[in-house]
Amino acid sequence: MQLTGAQALIKSLEMERTEVIFGLPGGAILPAYDPILDSPIRHVLVRHEQGAGHMAEGYAHVTGRPGVAMVTSGPAATNLVTPLCNAYMDSVPMVAITGQVSRSVIGSDSFQEADTVGITRSVTKHNELLMSPEEIPLAVRQAFLLATTGRPGPVLLDIPKDVLQAKMEWYWPTDGEVSDSMPGYRPTTKGHPRQVREAARLITASKRPVIYAGGGILKAHAADALRKLAELINVPVVTTLMARGAFPDSHRQCLGMPGMHGNYTAVTSMQEADLLIALGTRFDDRVTGNTSGFAPHAKIIHVDIDPAELSKIRQADVPIVGDCRLVIEELVRVLIEGGEPQPDRSAWWAQIADWQARFPLHYDPQADGEGLKPQAVIEALRDSSPPGTILVAGVGQHQMWASQYWRFEEPYTWVNSGGLGTMGFAVPAAVGAKVGRPDRTVWAIDGDGCFQMTAQELVTAAAERIPVKIAILNNAYLGMVRQWQELFYEERYSEVYLSPDLPDYVKWSEAMGCAAFRVESPEDVQPVIDKANSIDDRPVVIDFRTDWLEKVFPMVPAGHSNSDIIVHPAQRSGGEKVVQ
Amino acid sequence: MALATSSTGWVSGSGHVRHQTLSIIVENRAGVLARVSALFARRGFNIISLAVAPTDDEAFSRITIVIDLEETSVEQVTKQLFKLVNVVKITELAPGEAIERELALISVRCAPPGGPGPSRGEVADLVRIFGGTVVDVGQEALTVMVAGQPSLLDDFEELLRPYEIIDMQRTGRVALPKLERQAPGRRRAGASGLLRPVAH
Repeated sequence: MQLTGAQALIKSLEMERTEVIFGLPGGAILPAYDPILDSPIRHVLVRHEQGAGHMAEGYAHVTGRPGVAMVTSGPAATNLVTPLCNAYMDSVPMVAITGQVSRSVIGSDSFQEADTVGITRSVTKHNELLMSPEEIPLAVRQAFLLATTGRPGPVLLDIPKDVLQAKMEWYWPTDGEVSDSMPGYRPTTKGHPRQVREAARLITASKRPVIYAGGGILKAHAADALRKLAELINVPVVTTLMARGAFPDSHRQCLGMPGMHGNYTAVTSMQEADLLIALGTRFDDRVTGNTSGFAPHAKIIHVDIDPAELSKIRQADVPIVGDCRLVIEELVRVLIEGGEPQPDRSAWWAQIADWQARFPLHYDPQADGEGLKPQAVIEALRDSSPPGTILVAGVGQHQMWASQYWRFEEPYTWVNSGGLGTMGFAVPAAVGAKVGRPDRTVWAIDGDGCFQMTAQELVTAAAERIPVKIAILNNAYLGMVRQWQELFYEERYSEVYLSPDLPDYVKWSEAMGCAAFRVESPEDVQPVIDKANSIDDRPVVIDFRTDWLEKVFPMVPAGHSNSDIIVHPAQRSGGEKVVQ
Repeated sequence: MALATSSTGWVSGSGHVRHQTLSIIVENRAGVLARVSALFARRGFNIISLAVAPTDDEAFSRITIVIDLEETSVEQVTKQLFKLVNVVKITELAPGEAIERELALISVRCAPPGGPGPSRGEVADLVRIFGGTVVDVGQEALTVMVAGQPSLLDDFEELLRPYEIIDMQRTGRVALPKLERQAPGRRRAGASGLLRPVAH
């Protein structure tokens, strides 16, 4: 069967069971947009290519399947760089297709030409420039395999226009052919048995262990295995920003989020632990604080599918390369077969209970003349949302409050930009998440600064009937930057004021086809949320006017040890250290 | 093709810093060298030299990289390199376990017959002592070639300094593991003597 490269591309995507492409056409990718008309694959037409990338990420976060973004060459490809980098940092499976100028003019600075493969080399797991139509089916199979196996990540295929137009004889490569075509790609999935036994031995010998669960738990579909392990050994669990939902917040062993804005107990238990069981996590600086002061008494068991993460930041006593689910299941088996009882850890649990009682998350209620408390808005949203609601966040104060005050009960219900910290992530990621899980309510909690970066994708949502819900915590500032200027730059506020009503978020959202509301007083919070939850035929935006002075606590100042955690001012009477 | 780069400069002499050689088998395709060198730049890894050429199997090339161990962790380099899809195999070659060679082409000023200054013969004698050859002769200069262990080249370069070096190109080292000397029955357990892959 003779097909054009473009037909082969779309057919290959169909063969990989692609449900949806997020994209925007243009010159070089034009040939690929014709066969889309005849394909069952849904295409979501974005308003900016960055949106296509983040939508693909949101889709991947909630479905576990690779998100697909397709855009043209040059500026479209460069607009995709941010989401590629975001997906690379957060190990999100994604396949990006970019058009390229025709083979004969590559390198001549022709119209809309960019060295896409060169530009995206360091922000993709792999990328390829395809120089003949015969390469397309194999390259697509490779891309999906690479994106979803080992440590997941984004893969980009750059396809010249004339390669899309040229004819090829259709074929579909076998698993063996795909494997043989990548002799250097053999991810290790099964943990080394001796190392797993050594991990079991360390666990059984520990008095103050903490399970440090990262996003790799979700990537490896290891949430059930994690729960089995945690309950078997009765050890507290912290869930990093990327792992919220991997272990239920309501579980008595869950300590919540550690790190720079983690809660006191999660942070301090890691500092005082004699063993960290690090599962699918990479000792990110936002978790560890100053690494030389991080968990100084702890031995480290570190499980990760990416060998390069083991001992990259913190030397592991027991490094285990492997798939988190397989390794945890094996560890559980070894622990049960060994039959050794876990030591008495009642003193450790008592210590943890004491911290939890003394230093819960805290905010002062709204006083007269103040804006809404953002934490209270999130709690109201949380308590009004049906079970299984997917929460999406941008980057900044609102993201930290969302992670702190939401209650995550199941995996794949939290979508955010962790590693790269991409402002503007929330709106397009929420659209992608809703496309992936139309059966779920999708709420995005966004900041006013973030919202202005990518709000135009609400036009996409309205046009495509993707009813996402956006709560803007509008404090009229780039809030996190303002917080740092208040605390560390003597309240010298430099270029952080945004204005609460320029733009008018309600009018703007309505102009984009959304239902939109403004909430200024606390008694309106609940009724407006109820109203937003009742609307299901178009996107909804609520402009919550929040207290501009509210700060995220606890906080570990950048570069400090986690032992220097700053709690809320109202809690600063205990014996904890306070650094100003 | 062979090429060499230096981040520490030749003056320090690659033989004098604490170093480790990595022999990397990669797929022989467009852009692979760019991926490898971009990774070094992106991660801030310090390399002393890099040489690349096809292997006996045309599907693969061998990249020989010498890493400055003062600045860079060989473990991280190896692990990060191995994340590249086109990297097939990496072998660490400790200095004592590898046959390492490097080639230098050096143009040296010398006097025309009867002129003042060092004569062609004087330079040619030195070249002979180092097992090199004169590969080009001009009116007032010679180009010589010397191949050997990198430390030998450092010595040769030092001894040529009193003469005027007009131009010099070193290739960066290439290396293969040492072969097994012991008869099969007398080998130490675990010492294969052949490639010791650290990742494959």
